[in-house]
Order: sequence, then C-alpha cells, then structure tokens
Amino acid sequence: MNDMIILQNGRLLDPTTGTDTTGDLWIKGGEIVPAEAQIPENSRIEDVSGKWIVPGLIDMHVHLREPGEEYKETVESGTRAAAAGGFTAVACMPNTKPVNDEASVTRFILDKARNASARVYPAVAISRGSQGTELAEYGELKEAGAVAVTDDGLPVLDSQLMRRAMEYAGSHDLLVISHSEEMALSKNGAMNEGVVSTRLGLRGIPAAAEAIMVYREIALAELTGQRTHIAHVSTLAATDLIRQAKARGVKITAETTPHYFTLTEEAVGDYDTNAKMNPPLRTEADRQAIRVGLQDGTYDCISTDHAPHSVLEKECEFDRAMNGIIGLETSLPLSLALVREGVIEPLRLVELMSSAPARILKVAGGTLVEGSVADVTVIDTEKEFIFTKESILSKGKNSPFIDWKLQGKAVLTIMGGRVTHDELT
Amino acid sequence: MKNSYQFQHRHILGIEQLSTTDIIHILDIALSFKEISTRSIKKVPTLKGKTIINFFFEPSTRTRLSFEIAAKRMSADTFNIAASTSSAQKGETLIDTARNLEAMNPDIIILRHGSSGAPALLTRYVTAGIINAGDGTHEHPSQALLDMMTVRDHKKSLEGLKIAIIGDIAHSRVAHSNILGFTKMGADVHVAGPATFMPPHVDTLGATVAASVKEAVTDADVVMALRIQKERQDDPLIPSLREYAQFYGINKSILKHAKPDVLVMHPGPINRGVEMNPDVADGEASVILEQVTNGVAIRMALLYLVMGTQGAEV
Repeated sequence: MNDMIILQNGRLLDPTTGTDTTGDLWIKGGEIVPAEAQIPENSRIEDVSGKWIVPGLIDMHVHLREPGEEYKETVESGTRAAAAGGFTAVACMPNTKPVNDEASVTRFILDKARNASARVYPAVAISRGSQGTELAEYGELKEAGAVAVTDDGLPVLDSQLMRRAMEYAGSHDLLVISHSEEMALSKNGAMNEGVVSTRLGLRGIPAAAEAIMVYREIALAELTGQRTHIAHVSTLAATDLIRQAKARGVKITAETTPHYFTLTEEAVGDYDTNAKMNPPLRTEADRQAIRVGLQDGTYDCISTDHAPHSVLEKECEFDRAMNGIIGLETSLPLSLALVREGVIEPLRLVELMSSAPARILKVAGGTLVEGSVADVTVIDTEKEFIFTKESILSKGKNSPFIDWKLQGKAVLTIMGGRVTHDELT
Repeated sequence: MKNSYQFQHRHILGIEQLSTTDIIHILDIALSFKEISTRSIKKVPTLKGKTIINFFFEPSTRTRLSFEIAAKRMSADTFNIAASTSSAQKGETLIDTARNLEAMNPDIIILRHGSSGAPALLTRYVTAGIINAGDGTHEHPSQALLDMMTVRDHKKSLEGLKIAIIGDIAHSRVAHSNILGFTKMGADVHVAGPATFMPPHVDTLGATVAASVKEAVTDADVVMALRIQKERQDDPLIPSLREYAQFYGINKSILKHAKPDVLVMHPGPINRGVEMNPDVADGEASVILEQVTNGVAIRMALLYLVMGTQGAEV
C-alpha cells in the first residue's frame, strides 16, 4: 500500500464548502491532508484531469441480506458492488434473518464488515422482529453501532408505536427511517395501480397507499419534534407532502431512488419481474415530480434501495416474484444523467449522493475538507459502458437496467485511504 | 389479400395480441368445425398423433372439458393435470413443472393459472404452443372468441353493436378479453356495475363506463352478466348479494330497455337470482347454452391453428 495517494488536476467538488474547482487532493494515513512541499516516496500519483474528485458516495438504503440470506448477498459481495459503484459507505437495512433487532446481530454484521469494501452502518429494527408491536432496545443497539431505526420492508402500522419510536429514538439520537405504506390499500398489489395494471390484469397499489403514510409520518414528526427520514419515495403526492412539511419547518428528510426518476410503470412491459419493487414504479407524472423534487431540495438524497434476490425469486409468476432490484452499480450513472439533462448541478448531485446522507446519518465522510476521512471517489463522467449481467458484482442480477448503455462511472474508490475499486490502472 | 393471410401465432396468450383478421379467421374456422360435433361419429383425424396437455392450476369444469372434447374430436391425445398451487408451495415451481412436461414432448399445453401473465412466462421456457385458458384477472381469450362467435351467429356482424357487460369487470378475465375482442371487431362495449367492480382506467381497454345498469342496457344488442365471485372475501367489494341482485342483477324489467332482439349471455357458472334471474337465464333471449356449444368449436379452431404454427405438418 502506498503511503500517499495524490490525485492531480481533477475537478474537486465539495458541497460542504461549495468548492467546485480544478486541483489536487492528497491522501495520507486514511485522511485527506494538505499538500506537502515534496512528494514523498512510495506515493501513488494519478493525473485525473477531466474527472471529478468527490467525497465518497454514501447509500443510506441497502439490503446486504446478511445474516440469513447469504444466497442473495453478503456484506462482502454487497460492499464490493458498492465500491464498484463509487460508494464508500452504505447503511444496511435490518430485515435480515434474524431481524437486526438485537445488539448481537448488529455486532455480527459489523464484524463481517471489518474487512469489507465499504463502511457499513447498520440500521436496526424499530420494533422487535419488525412485528410492529414492541420497541427494540435502541440504547444497546446504538452502543453496538446502529445509526438509525426502521422496520424497512414493512411499515409501522400502529401510529402510537411509531410515535413512541420517534420519541425514544430521539433520546438515543437515532434517526427514524419510515417505509411509508398503508398496507390495507397496498395488500396483494403487484405494481402501480393504473393503466398498465389494468392491461396486465395485475392487482394495483395506488399512490394513495404511500401518500397516506407519508402524511402520518409528517404529522408524527411534527408532534414529536424528532428527525424522521422518509425512505424510497415514489409518488407526486408524497413529494408534495414532503415539500409542504419542510416549508413549515418539520424535521423531515427524504430520499428517492434512481428507478423512480428513470423508469415508469411501463417498464413492467410483459410481466418483467425485474421491474417489480415496493413501492412500485409509477406514472410519468410521478417521475417528473420526483425530478422536480430533486431539483428544488424536497429530496435530500438519492438512495438505491439495493435489494438483491436470487434467480428463483424473480423467474416466476409476476405476482409471486419478490419485490426489489439491485442498484449499487447503476445509481451513479443514472444519477449523472440528471446532470446531463440539466435537472441538477454537479455540486447538488454530490450533495444528494454523499454529503446529505453523511449529515442525515451523522457519520463520517461527505466532505473533502482536510482532516476528514479519506473517503473519496473519482468519477469519469464521460465513460460509457454497457451494463451487462456478467459485469454485475452483486450476487443479485435483478436489474431492469441490464444491457442499458450507461454513461459515467466511478473509476477510483478510496475508503479510509484504502483503494476499494480501481479502473485507473 | 385473403389468400396471402396466414395465421402466425405460436401461442394464444390473449385477445390483445390478435388482429381483427386473426379473430375473423378463428371464428370462420370454428364455424366450419361446428358441424363435426353434430355428426353421429364426432371425430376427425386432423390432429391424430398430436399430444395436448391440459394443465390446470385452478378448478375448472367447463373450460377444461371443452378443451378436452375439442382435442378428442380432432383425434389428439389429451392428458389432464390438475396441479394445485399448494404443490408449488412445496417447492416445485411452475417453470420446473412445465419443463418436465416439455420433456415429454407435448405439442400444445393449455394452461389455466391464478397468476396473470403465467402463460406468457411459460412461453419463455418451453417450446410447445401455449394456449391461455384463463390467467388470473388478465385474459381468457377462448371465452371471448366463443362469445364473439355466438353473437356473430345471430347478428351476422359485430360492427356497430352495443354490448353491455354487467358485473365485476375488475376481477374478470372474461370481461377483459371481451372488451378487447368486441372493440377490435367494431362493437361498442359499455360496462356497468358498482365502482368497486371497475378497474382503474377501464376506458383504456376500449370500454365506456355507464352510470347505471339501465344506461348500459338501453338499446343494447347484447347483455352479458358476469359471475359474482362469492369466494372473494378479502376485499369488501359489495355489501351483500341481496343488494347486488337488487341494483345490478339482470332481470326482465331491466331487459325491457334493451333492443327487442337482445341476446342475453353469461360465461357461467351462474349464480341464479344474483347476477341474473332464472327467467332471464332460461328465457328466449338467452344464448347461454349456445355459448357452451360454440366453445368446443372455438377450441377446436384454436388447437388446429396453433398446431399449424408449431413447425409440424397438420
């Protein structure tokens, strides 16, 4: 390993300081350091002219599937996919087997993550077993390394329990992440309720199923005054609710995903299970609203909801197929398309994919300021590639973007000074 | 033009994939086969030596029997498999089962399945021709074809007819296929029922949503009632069968608004006194049993045509 990594002549983008300038970045001993008068021996020097140097990307919504579903993904395979996608950190959802609702499970995951290719921040269950009846032990979980609480995959149906979760999580300075879904409306639904569900004869999930629960979370966040994060928002209606709540000062943050701003329900096509996820792909009006929300600050970050599944769980009848798609290796190019299409500026993209998630989770990274951890990603925004099934590092191959021609790629990912992905040599 | 037409479909997944020409061709062939069922020896050697599997994941009496009779009247060898969805839960997937069937070299697999899109899925894994005998709440093409055949027998053409379909449109693959089929043939399809029975954006299928049963039935050439699925308990769509019969049931007084020569249809099995009164079901306007008879002819035509696209001599 090199003592020093020096990235020269790159476009330095740091939303925390508003920096957008051409320059060098020096990395030593796991930290970003000031330039020295002499280049030390045993340095790796890379000319990254024309490429972006950004704080390492952070994905605050990933399913690593370990423990219990290692056939879908492991901490090792998931973080390798993350590094290849330019991510230096991920928050992993607790719907593992067993559910991450006890410190022993949290410690197990962190133990697996010790030599992984990205930092792993466990989100733990809101309720024991994510059953929605009793609170998990947040204090002990936080000490074990938890950064947030969520029953992701399922909503917390009991409003009183959700209120108490927000209050109690606040006492332990843990973020509450809401999977917002009114199950009575979404029950047995396989895709968005609309023109396509009628054509295919599939049970629909109305946009109202999301909006109703998002509004409840806003009302509870307002009641409790606790910071609450809305996961994987897919609809115009929820976007409007979040925008209004923020305008009146509610401590709400929100994420959306590349598939919601890239695809619509039409992607289901002829029962393509790789276009099945929850919440489902929506209409063009929803997609446009999400893009406006990314532009105007309604959304704080872009997450992937990376949800690997095995072939068995996707090559079957549509209504029996599992929900979710992988996203770590396509998030950056799909998000860069927003910059090319003039929806957002480069600095805003870095904010959405790095600085904001670091701030929301209260974790290291998200900045290039000297003295910070050396979590850094170098992006070649011009690089074009075909996203082939064979190239996927995640164990899950369930992506609707397979064989898409994509533009923009992480060519060097550095986590704590260690190179975790390298396409420069 | 007519001479250059060739039926191209290796599978019958739905009415959606069929052109108007395809539909007319199927109805014409079915009409020519109808006479076979009236002979004293009801058998022709057309599909001798061909293997046809009836693969039914849902209970069915008339559709399964209708396909089986159709196949036997064409001299094909038929086999019935009634797989329950519980066997799938024990571990065998639909695809695995289908691959096993495929290994026994069937020419055509007729599939009935509770999941919308299951027949489309099978076409990606087997080389046999697939005929959809009803998939979830998606399509039931042979039913729509036999309905169109029945109407055409009486009205000569389907062009410009007003077709009223009453009942649970949202959960009816029969309604779905009929809306697509009759609309393609130039008829005007009106649907009626409580809003809980209407799929979202049903107009995009080609149907007009009537405000009431009376509005749908007024001046109709055809009135079709759909079966109320009493077994559907998970979602409260109507308060009671009693109230449904009162407001949406087809009876003699509502039929007075239709054309004098209206045809009354039902895909069966009928809940008598719920969606249709016995005096209507058995009345002179009823063509319900003709539908069943035509069903055999339509399925003979489908087997014949699909067999012709399997790369084998017919």
